[in-house]
Amino acid sequence: MSALYILIGISLVIALAFLVTFLWAVKRGQYDDNYTPSVRILFDEPAKKTNNKQ
Amino acid sequence: MRLTEHVSGKNGKTYCFHCGDVCEQNDITYDEKIFCCNGCKTVYDLLKENELCAYYDFEKTPGISPGRNNRTNRFEYLDNPEIANHLIRFKDHDQTHITFFVPKIHCTSCIWLLENLHKIDEAVLDTEVNFLRKEVRIIFNHQKIALSELANLISSMGYEPEIHLKDLEKDATQTPQNTSILKIGIAGFCFGNIMMLSFPEYFSFGDFYDQKNLSWFFGLINLALALPVFVYSAQEFFISAWKGIRYHFLTIDAPIALAILVTFSRSVYEILTQTGAGYLDSMTGIVFFMLLGRYFQNRTYQTLSFDRDYKSYFPVAVAVFGAEGSTTPVPVTALKKNDRILIRNNELIPVDSVLLSSSTHVDYSFITGESKPVKKTKGDLIYAGGKQLDGAIELNVSQTVSQSHLTKLWNKEGKEEVNTSTFVDAINLWFTIGVFTIAIASGLYWYLFDPSKILDAVTAVLIVACPCGLLLTSSFANGNLLRIFGRNKFYLKNAAVINELAKAEVVLFDKTGTITNGNAVFFEGSQLSHQEIQLIASLTAQSSHPLSQIICRSCLVNPVLVVDDFLEKAGKGISGRIGSIEIMLGSASWLNYPKEGTTPLSTSVYLKIGNEMKGCFRFHNRYREGIEEVIGSLRGSYELAVVSGDNAAEEEALKKLFGPSTRLFFNLEPEDKRNIVKKIQTQQKRVIMIGDGLNDAGALSASNAGVSVSDNTNTFTPACDAILDGDSFHLLPSFLKLARSGKRIVIITFAFSVIYNVIGLYFAVQGTLSPVLAAILMPCSTISIVLLTTLLASVSARKHQL
Repeated sequence: MSALYILIGISLVIALAFLVTFLWAVKRGQYDDNYTPSVRILFDEPAKKTNNKQ
Repeated sequence: MRLTEHVSGKNGKTYCFHCGDVCEQNDITYDEKIFCCNGCKTVYDLLKENELCAYYDFEKTPGISPGRNNRTNRFEYLDNPEIANHLIRFKDHDQTHITFFVPKIHCTSCIWLLENLHKIDEAVLDTEVNFLRKEVRIIFNHQKIALSELANLISSMGYEPEIHLKDLEKDATQTPQNTSILKIGIAGFCFGNIMMLSFPEYFSFGDFYDQKNLSWFFGLINLALALPVFVYSAQEFFISAWKGIRYHFLTIDAPIALAILVTFSRSVYEILTQTGAGYLDSMTGIVFFMLLGRYFQNRTYQTLSFDRDYKSYFPVAVAVFGAEGSTTPVPVTALKKNDRILIRNNELIPVDSVLLSSSTHVDYSFITGESKPVKKTKGDLIYAGGKQLDGAIELNVSQTVSQSHLTKLWNKEGKEEVNTSTFVDAINLWFTIGVFTIAIASGLYWYLFDPSKILDAVTAVLIVACPCGLLLTSSFANGNLLRIFGRNKFYLKNAAVINELAKAEVVLFDKTGTITNGNAVFFEGSQLSHQEIQLIASLTAQSSHPLSQIICRSCLVNPVLVVDDFLEKAGKGISGRIGSIEIMLGSASWLNYPKEGTTPLSTSVYLKIGNEMKGCFRFHNRYREGIEEVIGSLRGSYELAVVSGDNAAEEEALKKLFGPSTRLFFNLEPEDKRNIVKKIQTQQKRVIMIGDGLNDAGALSASNAGVSVSDNTNTFTPACDAILDGDSFHLLPSFLKLARSGKRIVIITFAFSVIYNVIGLYFAVQGTLSPVLAAILMPCSTISIVLLTTLLASVSARKHQL
């Protein structure tokens, strides 16, 4: 049963880490624009002319 | 006979490859593609050179035609550091960050092109588009390109940035905070974890407490997790409840705050004294769901602004004449009396001033509602806010911006605080009274039979009987309705407007721009041949008189013929010779045409080709499509009236449209409109005002619900509670019916949610409410409420064909 203390403790720490990451993402503006990234992701990178082949 | 019908016999129309407009006579073929004008072709060329033709792959004809008469020095004022500093977000020695509002952004291609701007000009380092806000943030090297050149660059591609006086006042360096998301995130996190840690409690049915140490450990963690929710996420309920109590009225937040407080306190007590597990899972759960509901309800339309004042209407800078006769752009706020300014065609006049040029026409339709342009001659005082037609003029400033007539008008019209108690508040009141009664009753009961259970029972009652169901119902019902409205291009400022729309009994309409949509020109007379229409178009193209322009546009041909001996006589008409044919367009007297009892108020222009009188062009207001049905449906349930700033030329047409019992008012000043609204309100009737221009601003703010009609939501609308897109005007009766059904939806759903409260109360009064039961009831009631409101809202929308 004492294992429970340690396990719960560790899981809480990990969960808190995720919460902190979430808070950081919000503060950095990730949730300011919900729509444009969904469009942006579908753009192709133009084919770069590889000049270092062979 | 309308001229438009005459010419549209062309089959096989060609459309511009870039912008999709119909190509008229002088289309341009280039690179095997057809363009409607040189502007479109130039943009295509630019994209081709920089290998950006993928622009056309995302959407068909994504382009925007750059305007024909755009001057390259339009953005000169951006080089003025005083002005630029207000707009720039960040600047160091080689980089500048600026955000432009570009309302023309409308599709995927726009995003793609703007984000690839760096390929067109190296000085641009990075661009990021926020599509919902229609903003583009550009990082560029100001050593290599000036801000005004940058603005010109994107304008030349069709993406013109809009910059208004108001932008100078905002602090561009601030970024908006997303506190609701933070609160919801924290509440959700804690709720989930507390619930997980409460599982042992749920499933062990009581023997968990024999494991003293473990239950103590879990209890403390739960407490620690509940604390941020209580202190941070639930803040708004406490703050709002406190405000309500201070001002002596009961908001819906008060009983909720009480329930949260009681739940938290009892749970803290139980955990610390190890007598129980507390109800922290229910508490954090309801906070989480209610915050979600509020977030869902408070959706904002990011590109629309409901609180505009004159600063959003005026331009930032105006050309002022210097000593040598050249002009420099000066911020409008810096204009002083007796400055000489230059206002070009289609620009707004930003200050009251005296005309120095010989004559001009000014379009005041947005300010006063007059649909005819006003003629001004040298020495006349011109009020700020009008749009200059007829070319460029010089003016002598007589008042500063803040002292002009228009601004004073604006400043008077602050938004009135109309009493907005809704039926939800009424339900809340009864519910709260009911809850307290039950709590007191059960307290008394246990006092008589088993005093040890008093606290248990009373606190349990207060926990269960939280009107969070009511709040959730109204939040989700309103949120759904707002979305349905928004989908149909009716944008409401907030949920309270739904209630006002539902309660209204009187609807007032402005005329110009609201129920009318520009001027239509009709031709009465003999049938005109294609060649004759060409002659008319070419002649009228020479004149900058607004009536000539309307005629020219309605001919739908390109004016290509050469006109000799063009003559324009102010107040009389125009004449010219094309080839060997003489054409004259003008007033009846000038053409020696016998007057036949024409109405003096509506305008008629007579046509003479060669020696023949061909007929006459009549100008009438063109009414919006579907207006008859709209008025027909509204007439039964609402009292209607028309309040117009224009003259009574359209009285007959309006009488036919609205019926004899509708009152029609003409020649009203903005204050008169507002007074009419107030007079109706003294009769305890609620008013919806529908208008579109600055002259409606007073009436819009005084009314219970002010609706502003707009054909182009990117342009300015006065301060209002709702913005209705012109395309959806015919849906107005359906919108009002849907608003009324909102009340029914809330009542039905709330009645349903009360079932859960009743079940919970059954256990609560007995003092046997276990945390498990509370934890089950809460999400069940929430989910069923959300589903039911969504279902009812969609059913209602479908019933009204929205």
